Amino acid sequence: MHIYTCPFCGPRPETEFHFGGEAGNDRPDGDVPAQAWADYLHYRQNPKGAAREIWIHLTCHEVFVMTRDTVTMAAQPGEPIPSDTTDRGDA
Amino acid sequence: MTRHYSALNLAREGLSGHKGWARAWTSPEPKKRYDVVIVGGGGHGLATAYYLAKTHGITNVAVIEKGWLGGGNTGRNTTVVRSNYFFPESVALYEMSLNLYEELSKELNYNVMLSQRGMLMLCHTPAEMEMSARLVNAMQLNGTDAELLDTEGVRKIMPIYNFSPDSRFPALGGALQPRGGTARHDAVAWGYARAASALGVDIIQQCEVTDFLIEGGACRGVKTTQGEIRADRVGLAVAGHSSQMAEKAGFRLPVTSYALQACVSEPVKPILDIAVHCAGSGSYASQSDKGEIVIGGGLDRVPSYGQRGTLPTLEHVIAGILEMFPAFRQLKLMRQWGGIVDVVPDSSPLIGPSPLPNLFLNCGWGTGGFKAIPAGGTLLAHLLATGQHHDISRPFDLDRFATGRLIDEAAGSGIAH
Repeated sequence: MHIYTCPFCGPRPETEFHFGGEAGNDRPDGDVPAQAWADYLHYRQNPKGAAREIWIHLTCHEVFVMTRDTVTMAAQPGEPIPSDTTDRGDA
Repeated sequence: MTRHYSALNLAREGLSGHKGWARAWTSPEPKKRYDVVIVGGGGHGLATAYYLAKTHGITNVAVIEKGWLGGGNTGRNTTVVRSNYFFPESVALYEMSLNLYEELSKELNYNVMLSQRGMLMLCHTPAEMEMSARLVNAMQLNGTDAELLDTEGVRKIMPIYNFSPDSRFPALGGALQPRGGTARHDAVAWGYARAASALGVDIIQQCEVTDFLIEGGACRGVKTTQGEIRADRVGLAVAGHSSQMAEKAGFRLPVTSYALQACVSEPVKPILDIAVHCAGSGSYASQSDKGEIVIGGGLDRVPSYGQRGTLPTLEHVIAGILEMFPAFRQLKLMRQWGGIVDVVPDSSPLIGPSPLPNLFLNCGWGTGGFKAIPAGGTLLAHLLATGQHHDISRPFDLDRFATGRLIDEAAGSGIAH
């Protein structure tokens, strides 16, 4: 059993987490060529070794970034996603 | 030296102490230049070399393997062969493979121990029965064999299944492909290696491809731990490490690598005369010729290059098997292992030219590459020899991710990744 660390709940067993994809795969803006859209939807870095990934802690619904080694499985503590600084109009 | 395998030669060698057998394949030093270099000495790479030599007459070919032949996924799978897919493009591909498997022992003069005992996909709910009826209809329309079984049909071919009314996975029926079954995985790699070597192909083990030679924007060969090797064309058949090789060649692939586990029990007397898959648990099992129960299941849901699995997934798979076959609770597991599989978003392979000219791809088989070895080899050989797609490989080109013509077998035939 691997232990991952949710930034909200702390260390928890791997079965409580769901892999959410590679971090930094940003959705392209505007009218983009088909290949750029395919890159975003389907193409991946799929790194061997250190990987920056989005994970979801299913029990608390925290979405966070985790650095993990895809060979040794060693996982760094999860990092909260920096809060959105744009004005949401809820002030 | 005795090269041909036959009853007569076996008897002859038996009388002379089996001292005259030739090595199955030669292990030459790599030359400086080949017409074609194939990266990866698993089933797909070796089959590609064989068909290049046999079908296209191109024998100045090297297969370059960083470890030993068939030491990757070819030696780590659960040996099932089948073509029970939904879309016409997929059936054409996997049916080509199954047809080649049916003739393979004779073709290679090497017994691949094909056993067409049938492949059964069990259904536990009325909704699954309807999806199976749809799959069986599609398979029959696409020209392959398929039957829809009810509970009694399942009971007849698999009496040890848990038919108790309390079962978590009641067998309402299932989709049977009678021509499905198993083959000996090592024999497939070794048979292709021996036949390719006999036709003049160089098989080079313990030699890792570390980079590509790229000149004028095209691939001109490979850099290896035994020096540079130039080639007119290069084929890539490296399964779970396809993304790593693609990065060296300067492009990305729609692939994520995951670990897939399997395990095998101690050998017991014949008890399971079919390869069976349980939709409820994702577990599947068959019995090897030695009597071991060979068990597999779904992917570990964590991207991995670790060639080993995690315990929660193994526990889930075994729990499914024990619910299906309570008698197996007494079995001891002998071995458990993992391989790295190359999973593509639409659960269909990538076959075709790569973005780097002269470099051609055969990857993305996910959890099901073993059954596709003869077809994967035939199609990559066709690409390497002609530079053009075979009609059967055309739909599996990389361009489908930009055009949107995906072949989604997760939706079609219920592949679980």
